[in-house]
Amino acid sequence: MSAQARGELPLWYSAGLVPVLNVACAFLVAGLVVLAIGASPIDAVRILLRGALGSPYGIGYTLYYATTFIFTGLAVAIAFHAGHFNIGGEGQSLLGGLGIALVVLNLAFLPSPLLILLTIAGAALLGAAWAFIPGWLQAYRGSHVVITTIMFNFLAFGLLGYLLVGPMKRPDSMSLETLPFVEGARLFRADEILGWMGIAMPRTPLNLSFALALLCALFTWVLVWRTRLGYEIRTVGANPTAAHYAGISSKRITVIVMLMGGAFAGMMATNEILGVQQRLIADFTAGAGFVGIAVALMGRGHPVGIVLASLLFGVLYQGGAELAFDMPLMTKDMIIVIQGLVILFAGALENMFRERIAGWIFRKPVEVAP
Amino acid sequence: MTVSAVVMSGIDKRFGAVHANKSVDLDVAKGSIHGLIGENGAGKSTLMSILFGFYAADSGTITVDGKAVSIRSSADAISHGIGMVHQHFMLVDTFTVVENVMLGAEGGALTARGEALTRARLKELGKTYGLEVPLDTLVSELTVGELQRVEILKALVRDARVLILDEPTAVLTPTEVEQLFVMLRRLRDEGKTVIIVTHKLKEIMAVTDRVSVMRRGEMVAHLDTAATSPEALAEAMVGRRVVLRVDKGPAKPGATILTVRGLTVKDEKGVTRVNDVSLSVRAGEIVGIAGVSGNGQSELLEVLAGLRAPLKGEILLEGRPVESAAKNESKRLRKMGLRHVPEDRHRLGLVKEFSASESAILGCHDEAGYGSGPFLDAAAIRRDCEVKMSAFDVRPANPDLKTALFSGGNQQKIVLAREIERDPILLLVGQPTRGVDIGAIEFIHKRLIELRDRGKAILLVSVELDEIMALSDRILVMCAGEITGERTPERTDERDLGLLMAGVRERAA
Amino acid sequence: MIEFVSFMVVALDSAVRLSVPLLLACLAGMYSERAGIVDIGLEGKMLVAAFAAGVTAFLVPNPWVGMLAAIAVAVLFALIHGYASINQRGNQIVSGVAINVLASGLTAVLGNAWFREGGRTPQLPGHARFQEITLPGADLVKDVPFLGTLYSDIISGHSAPVYLCILAVPLTWFVFYRTRFGLRLRAVGENPHAVDTAGISVMKMRYGAVIICGILCGMAGAYLAIGQSAGFNNDMTAGKGFIALAALIFAKWRPVPALGACFLFGLLDAVAIRLQGVALPMIGQVPVQAIQSLPYILTVILLAGFIGKAIPPRAAGMPYSKDR
Repeated sequence: MSAQARGELPLWYSAGLVPVLNVACAFLVAGLVVLAIGASPIDAVRILLRGALGSPYGIGYTLYYATTFIFTGLAVAIAFHAGHFNIGGEGQSLLGGLGIALVVLNLAFLPSPLLILLTIAGAALLGAAWAFIPGWLQAYRGSHVVITTIMFNFLAFGLLGYLLVGPMKRPDSMSLETLPFVEGARLFRADEILGWMGIAMPRTPLNLSFALALLCALFTWVLVWRTRLGYEIRTVGANPTAAHYAGISSKRITVIVMLMGGAFAGMMATNEILGVQQRLIADFTAGAGFVGIAVALMGRGHPVGIVLASLLFGVLYQGGAELAFDMPLMTKDMIIVIQGLVILFAGALENMFRERIAGWIFRKPVEVAP
Repeated sequence: MTVSAVVMSGIDKRFGAVHANKSVDLDVAKGSIHGLIGENGAGKSTLMSILFGFYAADSGTITVDGKAVSIRSSADAISHGIGMVHQHFMLVDTFTVVENVMLGAEGGALTARGEALTRARLKELGKTYGLEVPLDTLVSELTVGELQRVEILKALVRDARVLILDEPTAVLTPTEVEQLFVMLRRLRDEGKTVIIVTHKLKEIMAVTDRVSVMRRGEMVAHLDTAATSPEALAEAMVGRRVVLRVDKGPAKPGATILTVRGLTVKDEKGVTRVNDVSLSVRAGEIVGIAGVSGNGQSELLEVLAGLRAPLKGEILLEGRPVESAAKNESKRLRKMGLRHVPEDRHRLGLVKEFSASESAILGCHDEAGYGSGPFLDAAAIRRDCEVKMSAFDVRPANPDLKTALFSGGNQQKIVLAREIERDPILLLVGQPTRGVDIGAIEFIHKRLIELRDRGKAILLVSVELDEIMALSDRILVMCAGEITGERTPERTDERDLGLLMAGVRERAA
Repeated sequence: MIEFVSFMVVALDSAVRLSVPLLLACLAGMYSERAGIVDIGLEGKMLVAAFAAGVTAFLVPNPWVGMLAAIAVAVLFALIHGYASINQRGNQIVSGVAINVLASGLTAVLGNAWFREGGRTPQLPGHARFQEITLPGADLVKDVPFLGTLYSDIISGHSAPVYLCILAVPLTWFVFYRTRFGLRLRAVGENPHAVDTAGISVMKMRYGAVIICGILCGMAGAYLAIGQSAGFNNDMTAGKGFIALAALIFAKWRPVPALGACFLFGLLDAVAIRLQGVALPMIGQVPVQAIQSLPYILTVILLAGFIGKAIPPRAAGMPYSKDR
């Protein structure tokens, strides 16, 4: 009997058409908002795409934004695979930034490559540590990880706020920032690297951490679908009682996925802090942790989907910045609206179309074998 | 001339492919206790859920007190004077008894007046029927027997004239069962009609006036209890089935593989599920555990498999102690050669979202053959699954197909292939043919016999008597967590086992 | 000593103001979660409500009209959450996050499009805002030590929503524990099957709860924009919805303790603001962030079960279906 005859929906439908429809719905509603404020959605899309993809400069920025979202998207997705919802990307990224600053400000004497490796490790480590506590509390004390990670976001803001007005503050500055980093602690930018190869590219913030993000996505794919640990993670997420039967400890897996999620979120700081800011500043995450939720939902937890969704959000953020120039009505907040709509339609309302449209296309009810 | 309280006629209900009720008729006389009996899955609960408005029947009519009624919701059923005590109590743990009884019958927007009325009603009902419960205690602090009384009171406060009880004795102690029966008789004598759904013959004989028997979705008999016997009821319940022929030579039992001594298990609620059970299984024999489901077999299996901690007792696998409470015990037992085909393959044995090849390594995913170091070798897993699929005739033989999309029989074959192919020294098997088609049943039985003939020990738990009879070399019968008797298939029959299953202890041999 | 007393009077007075939006949002969450619908979108609903209040009070300079508009918009967002959670049986956490993000973006976009003041709504004149009410006799007893000060400086002199909010606590208590609606609401969050078999519609109960949640969030938002301030500001809720959530857990989903928890968290905030840059004797300078973080820290410790146990309504977060 063919898969379809048994009620299995083909991949192009369940992983292709349905998510695309959900996201399309989000954009449709966003278009209505644009209309409502008296602007033209078509003009907006044109300017947005031209700004994001119409020049090497735009593309550089698009990829720079995408880098951040790949990290925070993976941070949400890895926990999702084990059935947990990590809303703590924001706080874990902040701690990642702190990890970088601590390494650079204390070990500046180290040779550059070693220093950079250590900063990346520091970012991952502190991000993981910040996620470990909610993970451990979920596994061993039954405290819901959603609530604790929300609380830990605010605690991270408090901690960084304290450090940046107090112990780590740059003495000669009014703003909340540390001393600038040494030159050795900077990730090379894409324009520099391409320049060595003789390719000219305008200066953009796109830097080596883009490669690190892609590596993390690849790592996640291998881990989840090609390792024994990944098998255990997926088993805990899909059927915790079967995991118990198979001798898999759900508690251990919970702690592990939170540690990894925290590490991914922490490494997001390599892009912002190590790649661009060159000093630790307050609030550098700017909501990237929440974009991560949208990206993970839209990409359905799969690294390829997450990279694609991150690119889309990269386009939106960069194009949105251009848009704000050309159409003063369209501030960057329009992108936040789209983000919220994507979370709503691709996340909370994900099943709205699945069965209804399957009924039209396949002319039969969707049924799971008993 | 008796008057009917409830008449259900031509009730038909399908759930997808499952035909749960096939044109079922039921006539319950006013002021009687009516038993509805049948095996698991016979369709009794579905029929009662339809009467209580929980499901809508596909076709058929219902008459209450001579009037044709349409029951679309619990609210409809309640308004027609029907009350139901569900097997799983429908109570709010954080509420007091009074609050629980009031819920849905508050008598106004404010609760004060309704509460006073409910209190008075409860006191009055308590006196009339001997249903006394502490009114202001939180429901979570009551005993199971008291909870049941609260449920009955809930129905009575709503002026139920017909009271349905679904498996009311499943969780009661024998004393509580006695008290329940006294209450039910008193309810009947006051003019109420009681329908009691059960699969326990003894209880039917003890408390009912009439009994209706269901089998595989059909109503097969309506009898006067006084004019029938447990043997006749057992036969009606089970039916004259096609006897499954399994070619099986005599067992050649070898060394003792599994020894259990004085095993007692309590569940999360503190109810004793397994009580002082001792047994042993030897190499080269199949020991079958018969019993109505819910009599401790599931818990016994889980403890033996290292998935649940016992209260006390000793388990030895080839002389080495099994410590079910220990971390990773199921993993260690697997390495020692114990394999387990769980009763509920959906809950424990498979991951429905996984491909067949992934489900086929559940619990074995850390074995060397499936990859190296931390990595899994997808190609090797696929090949291994193909081999298993052809050896166990799994259809479609597609390792990449999602597990959920295989039929029950083929899913079970995947589990069985995974567990048998490991060449276990002891195989625990729970309900190996539940939800499995006839062809697959035969196949699965053959494989189990083959395994026995290779000198392996098998402990089989099944609620299907013919399966127990066909496969076992020795039969143990469990009832209420205890072993009520041991038989060999040659020296017993279904009636004999049925009585043991009903808790009627050993007769003089 | 006198310095301390006057410090406390000012702090307590501002604690009352700061705890009002917390308390309203906390009660909002209580109705929703007691009915089994987890709501982490309190923040977002408050924000859209604040925006609606700011806009409406500018157009129709009457604070009560502003509050009505705030309530209408917050209820609309609550219904989106209800539809996703009840009808679509979607993930309630995801839906809550969506509401928060959407609210943050939408208020900024519309605010900027309509008023071109960087997302703010125009400053409102006094008569478009809730005015402070001097309770009868407050001026007379002003000079009576302690009790008089308490009455005139702390209890008196707030705007109408403050008193409404305080009234909402006994009212909620009454609704929960003395009415049919409350009994059913509490039951549906614990065991919806019991409610269904008692002949009550689970869906109606849950929608009812979600709508009340929207109304209270609307009041909270209106107070922020046209009670506490003179117009809407970008992201003016600033995490209050999450503090309210923390307070809800801290109060173990009960109305009277919610009053205590919200007042405590409001007081912590008031003290933190006033301690900024002040060196205390013996202790030295207390970091503001440490005080502001206390609600979160206390909630995590409570959730971890180290001080008592916060047990949420049993069915919270789980979509209801008849099958067991």
